[in-house]
Amino acid sequence: MIELALGMIAQVLRISVPYALAAIGGAFSERGGVINIALEGILLTGAFGAAAVTIATGNPWLGVIGGMLAGALLASIHGLVTIWGRADQILSGLALNLLALGATRGGLKILYDSASNSDRFEGVPALGRPDSALLSLLGQPLFLVAVAVTFGAHALLFRTRFGLALRAAGDGPRALDGTGLSVNLHRFGGVLLSGFFGGLAGTWLVMEQHSFTDGMSNGRGYIALAAMIVGKWRPLGAALACLLFGAAETLQIRVDSDVVPTQLLQALPYIVTLVVLAGWIGRAHPPLHLGEPYEREKGRS
Amino acid sequence: MTAPRGRVGGGVDVAGRGAHSGIAGVLASGWVVGLAPAVLAIGGGLLLGGLLVSLLGVSPLEFYSVLAKGTVGSAFGWGQVLFRATPLVFTGLSVAFAFQARLFNIGAEGQMLLGGLVLAWVGAWTGLPGAPFGVLLALLAAAAMGGVWGAIPGLLKAKTGSHEVIVTILLNFVAFALVNYLLTRGLALPETVRTAEIQEGARLARLTEWVPVFRGAPVNAALFLACAAAVLLQLWLRLSPHGLSLQLLGEGPGAARYAGLSVGRLTVLAMTGAGALAGLGGASFVLGYKYYFEEGFTGGAGFLGIAVALLARNRPLWVVPSALFFGALSYGGFVVNRLVPRELLDVLQAVILLLFILFDQRLGRKRT
Repeated sequence: MIELALGMIAQVLRISVPYALAAIGGAFSERGGVINIALEGILLTGAFGAAAVTIATGNPWLGVIGGMLAGALLASIHGLVTIWGRADQILSGLALNLLALGATRGGLKILYDSASNSDRFEGVPALGRPDSALLSLLGQPLFLVAVAVTFGAHALLFRTRFGLALRAAGDGPRALDGTGLSVNLHRFGGVLLSGFFGGLAGTWLVMEQHSFTDGMSNGRGYIALAAMIVGKWRPLGAALACLLFGAAETLQIRVDSDVVPTQLLQALPYIVTLVVLAGWIGRAHPPLHLGEPYEREKGRS
Repeated sequence: MTAPRGRVGGGVDVAGRGAHSGIAGVLASGWVVGLAPAVLAIGGGLLLGGLLVSLLGVSPLEFYSVLAKGTVGSAFGWGQVLFRATPLVFTGLSVAFAFQARLFNIGAEGQMLLGGLVLAWVGAWTGLPGAPFGVLLALLAAAAMGGVWGAIPGLLKAKTGSHEVIVTILLNFVAFALVNYLLTRGLALPETVRTAEIQEGARLARLTEWVPVFRGAPVNAALFLACAAAVLLQLWLRLSPHGLSLQLLGEGPGAARYAGLSVGRLTVLAMTGAGALAGLGGASFVLGYKYYFEEGFTGGAGFLGIAVALLARNRPLWVVPSALFFGALSYGGFVVNRLVPRELLDVLQAVILLLFILFDQRLGRKRT
């Protein structure tokens, strides 16, 4: 019985990790004032990058770096197009998601001559092989990295000078500009971080599955955005919301579909988010200047 | 009554709108300049596409000639392109309609999916009347379904201020789950993800029946419905007071309130209309091609509708050529598949979209 419960907790955690990492990434981008719908594509690109580098080099740790860089690459396009190009953030995100889907599919064909999946590979090796599900999760280096990143991200956003400047870029860009710090550079930093975190989320997915499959992000980037909103644009809050969503997904796998329709559980995260958005469970306030390109006042150099 | 000229509706930037003056203003309001971002984006996209293709070891000239021949170089190719353009006209109109009030409908995918299921469900009803009425009934039901699904984000925005972008994205996923649930609980044939065939009275004719050269291509009478919808919508926006109200709301809630309009009611109207249009997106596939609903039949047409509306600058009549262009690129993937992976065309579409929003920002809305 206890073993079953521990197994279930391990499963919830395992499922929640990619959501949490991506949601934290979303928080960094949006705290700086840049809407990041491209998160879905960042996850997918990150997963592909991690798989491609791991297969090419045989070293999963290089794959982790490759996945993060691939995510950051897509994010930096989003940043350039929206911050300096001043293009619409929502449209840029949607276009990049289309780009990521097409490019990874094409990449599968070119690199692995397959329309559906890459070659299989070994993920990051675990520390020891305990027979309990929870202990084996705790022995996974990537899981430990994810936990560290979650708390580290929260501290970075709320306890450091950079975090304060980033939040100012989203809430009061004019004031940040007044201090002499660059609004656009800080926003780009936030977007770039969302690329690293989103790429790591994709890396986790692909390392769990030991191969890349077509469209494997499967809407997780959008759920992560939802979790970020439920978590009120705070890394720890977002991670908690992801645990909730992860629990819903675990139930979906484990509960008999005759008792509760699996589709209801599948839709649960979205419905919960709708309720939160509507303000029926506490109000969620986005950063004040979210979605607006920053424009300097005349006469400032 | 004329709609405001020089209204460039390519983005959601609120700053500096309509502040043109002098010769630059005349030029900027002309449709020549209006077309410039689209032309530059398509040109730039095709150039980048050529570069990508040559990186893969294929001659760009060969690539583009195969692409042109296979799509618009033969009657069969045209038939395929027109078939792929048909749902894009509906979803493009859907996005363009909501955008008159500066609302973003990212939910066309879910609205189209639910509308398609209703088309198949009503179409397969054994008590369905014969030819024109059967089709009409199915279409009305689908538009109603799409309209209801679109009304939800409208109502939520009007009552609670929730942003329609995130709400429509969320509702897409709820729609996927709902359709999935309905399919498993009796709407799908056992062991499949498709519904039963629709009655004769609900079917739309293939164009081959009148134009034999289209033989083998799935293009059907839904194309005419789509074009008619575009014309009617353009007229409605230009002539009716409601059309102008939506555009006033698009200029900002302040302007609309000043004119004595109910912002909440107009928001619901814009999203309901958008949902109804997207709900008809399945007509071509369900009533005119396969005669049943199949999971995944939308093929991303709801999302691509955003690109279609954008390139058309949200003008209903321009949605038709814009849909043709994206339809050609969508079908083009299959044509060039023996040279390069067909996903390259998806990448091309995304690049054109990115370039368009960039150029539109630079050229379309010069700040004073």
